[in-house]
Amino acid sequence: MAELLQVESLAKRFGGIVATDNLTLSVPEGELHALIGPNGAGKTTLIAQLSGLLVPDSGRVYFGGGDITGVSMPSRSLLGLARSFQITSLFLDLSVLDNVALAVQAHAGHSFHFWSNARREPELRDPARAALARVGLSARGDLPASALSHGEHRQLELAMALASRPRMLLLDEPMAGLGPEESARMVSMLRDLKKELTILLVEHDMEAVFALADRITVLVYGRAIASGKPEDIRNNAQVRDAYLGEQEAVHG
Amino acid sequence: MMTAVAQWRRRRLFIGDRDRRPVMTLFIEQCLNGLQFGLLLFLLAAGLTLVFGIMDLVNLAHGSLYMLGAYFAATFAAWTGSFVFGAVLALGATLLVGMAVEVIAMRRLYGRDHLDHVLATFGLILFFDELVRLIWGAGGMSLPLPSWLNTSVRVLPGVDYSAYKLSIIVVSLAVAAFLYFLIMRTRLGMLIRAGASNREMVGALGVNIKLLFTLVFGLGAALAGLAGLMQAPILTVQIGMGENILILAFVITVIGGIGSIRGAFVAAILVGFIDTLGRAYFTDLLRLAFTKETAATAAPALSSMLIYLLMAIVLVIRPEGLFPASSK
Amino acid sequence: MTPTFNLRTTVGLLLLLALVLLPVYVELTGSRFLLTLFTRIVILALAAVSLNLILGYGGMMSFGHAAYLGIGGYAVGMLAFEGITSGFVQWPVALLVSAFFAFVIGALSLRTRGVYFIMITLAFAQMAYYIVAGLARYGGDDGLTIEKRSQFIAPINLSNKVQFYYICLVLLCGAIYLVWRLVNSRFGMALQGARSNDTRMRAIGFPTYHYKLIGFVIAGTLCGLAGALLANHTDFVSPAMMYWTRSGDLIIMVVLGGMGSTFGPLFGAVALLVLEEVLSGITEHWQIILGPLLLLVVLFARGGIDGLLGKAHHG
Repeated sequence: MAELLQVESLAKRFGGIVATDNLTLSVPEGELHALIGPNGAGKTTLIAQLSGLLVPDSGRVYFGGGDITGVSMPSRSLLGLARSFQITSLFLDLSVLDNVALAVQAHAGHSFHFWSNARREPELRDPARAALARVGLSARGDLPASALSHGEHRQLELAMALASRPRMLLLDEPMAGLGPEESARMVSMLRDLKKELTILLVEHDMEAVFALADRITVLVYGRAIASGKPEDIRNNAQVRDAYLGEQEAVHG
Repeated sequence: MMTAVAQWRRRRLFIGDRDRRPVMTLFIEQCLNGLQFGLLLFLLAAGLTLVFGIMDLVNLAHGSLYMLGAYFAATFAAWTGSFVFGAVLALGATLLVGMAVEVIAMRRLYGRDHLDHVLATFGLILFFDELVRLIWGAGGMSLPLPSWLNTSVRVLPGVDYSAYKLSIIVVSLAVAAFLYFLIMRTRLGMLIRAGASNREMVGALGVNIKLLFTLVFGLGAALAGLAGLMQAPILTVQIGMGENILILAFVITVIGGIGSIRGAFVAAILVGFIDTLGRAYFTDLLRLAFTKETAATAAPALSSMLIYLLMAIVLVIRPEGLFPASSK
Repeated sequence: MTPTFNLRTTVGLLLLLALVLLPVYVELTGSRFLLTLFTRIVILALAAVSLNLILGYGGMMSFGHAAYLGIGGYAVGMLAFEGITSGFVQWPVALLVSAFFAFVIGALSLRTRGVYFIMITLAFAQMAYYIVAGLARYGGDDGLTIEKRSQFIAPINLSNKVQFYYICLVLLCGAIYLVWRLVNSRFGMALQGARSNDTRMRAIGFPTYHYKLIGFVIAGTLCGLAGALLANHTDFVSPAMMYWTRSGDLIIMVVLGGMGSTFGPLFGAVALLVLEEVLSGITEHWQIILGPLLLLVVLFARGGIDGLLGKAHHG
């Protein structure tokens, strides 16, 4: 199976803090790869470097066989690498449907169209409605995004990432702040998505991680201390000490 | 209202383009003028950058406090018959006005969009301009040089310089030193530095933020007022004087780095030199190629443009400014 | 495509209707100064409409927008001075030069964000001010009188006040319509998205810089047109047209009227200039009221007039 995402010796520092420490990672097409680790391990920084928001100090990132290390954020999205945000990052003053439609519009050719009403274009609205239906937000389409609950925001985040028809999704804690019912719904949605997309999932919710992941990488202080199948990671003593031990104490 | 260019022309009369003195003497005099102007700008910019850096407040009305300083000084000096008394009273008055403005208006603007700041403080400019017109009339005022300073001092062999301008340099440097001491060596200064680099933390530390902000704003107002009253005898006391010089103060703030006193100092001196030397020499330079009239009108344009060009370059190469204070 | 009919739109259209009928009123009552006042209002409303595109919809707080009033105005003024009085030459030049400067200024300024963007647009406007003030040939600081208004083919005669008023009004309506179509198009959605959340826009694949730049150029060009009109209206151009405080006036109009709304800039221009007229009749110190009024609007009525109408509609 070809490696869709390949990260080689990625490094990033902020002053004295090493956020990413010589990280190498690969995700083959079709896999759901989970990234876990304690807070401050550098998971969001890694996602930022993969999506193009941050520029690494050294190392390379390959996507679909091509070197995207120097490629801008919008271009990466157009190549098929989409991300969701850990802290909700939506167009709060626009409607829910507008939010998703924008994600569709980004991938529907250029936007130097100055005359026809974009809100009446089936080419944009239909896929947007479909994405909303996928995540269960069809009824909320015409509300301003600011009117949604936190859980619905996370769903909208996912809908926007999906609307751009990506090859690979970088999901940054999609379940942050969700209650048990909402989490369960998100997990089953992700399980469906697995069949069509490659996913890199950053999460703290261990139940979800072990339920969904094909492989897991554990990140501590910017370094990958272990990487492999879920059972192997669960039994890995180093990982237990560094991370899972705390988690099990929390989850009981 | 005297336009910026007309004010420039008036300034130039004091430089004297009918001079027969040696080039070197003129040059040293111009450098001193540049230093003096730069230091005045520093006083103005220091307050602006502090308020900007600590309270994240864009205050367009800073120039109004500068104007008030000049007007107060002119009035109080006339009442008391003494320049120094007038100046001290004016400083106090400007400080009070500044703190009042902070409590009444600025407090409600913290944490809001910069656009809101710009609009609200723009409204304050209109208000103060009109208030001054109401109280003092539209004609402007004059503040005569104190007689004991209306003389020359021999700074170097063959170089005489206005005692008053020299005293501006001395006072400004003293204030700069005081600010340095305040910021670097006192508890208040530590809070200011901490606030400039991380606002939320200072609040979390349980410091009385409201009082701190009022004091900082008051300090900025006093500095602006001092600059206004010091330049009054040699430049102008009129409505709208704040708007003209405010831009320069903002440019200096941006070049120096928002929140950085040190940056404001360096940038102000730099801008002061460029502006003064530009004004002094561009006209002569241009006269080589163009007519006297063309040169006279084009020179101020060029020297002003240089400063904006400098800011544009800094923004492109080093957007945080020369000495960024904030860690953000 | 039908616009939604609500109080805001209704009031806006009624206002336009009133403006259309104004010359009739002037004929009947003989108050010629009203025509002069409202010509000025219409022209500045056009400038405000252009600013609303980038500020209200695009979120770009440009403090140098008045520069384009001056650029457009001086294009007309300078050409007239050199003996070229044909409007067919002057106006396209005004538009092209405005577009060019908007492109250059925008290309450089849009690389910055937030307050730095404000500062750098301000700086460029000041540069334009100083350049123009430095041109002795064209009057420098004192300004330039325009002997003859832009000439077009008969029967169009800009010196006829009523005709000129209607020409300005038609252009204003055209601009309002144009901006309305623009902001609802794909381009407009990209602009609005960039205002709402620029990072997210780039994350989903929009090169926001390009769209903002185009918006900036369109706005600058429209404002240049307003400048050409203003030059004709006052038969005079001066650097003061571009002073940064004039940009502030434009921003006030846009915010007062309601940012990011179709008729907001029109409401704002009318409100500000009528208020100015009325208040200055009461006291010459009217700005003392305007200042704090602005402060109050910022604090309590952020949506401006349009926002208030919207609230009234929804009860």
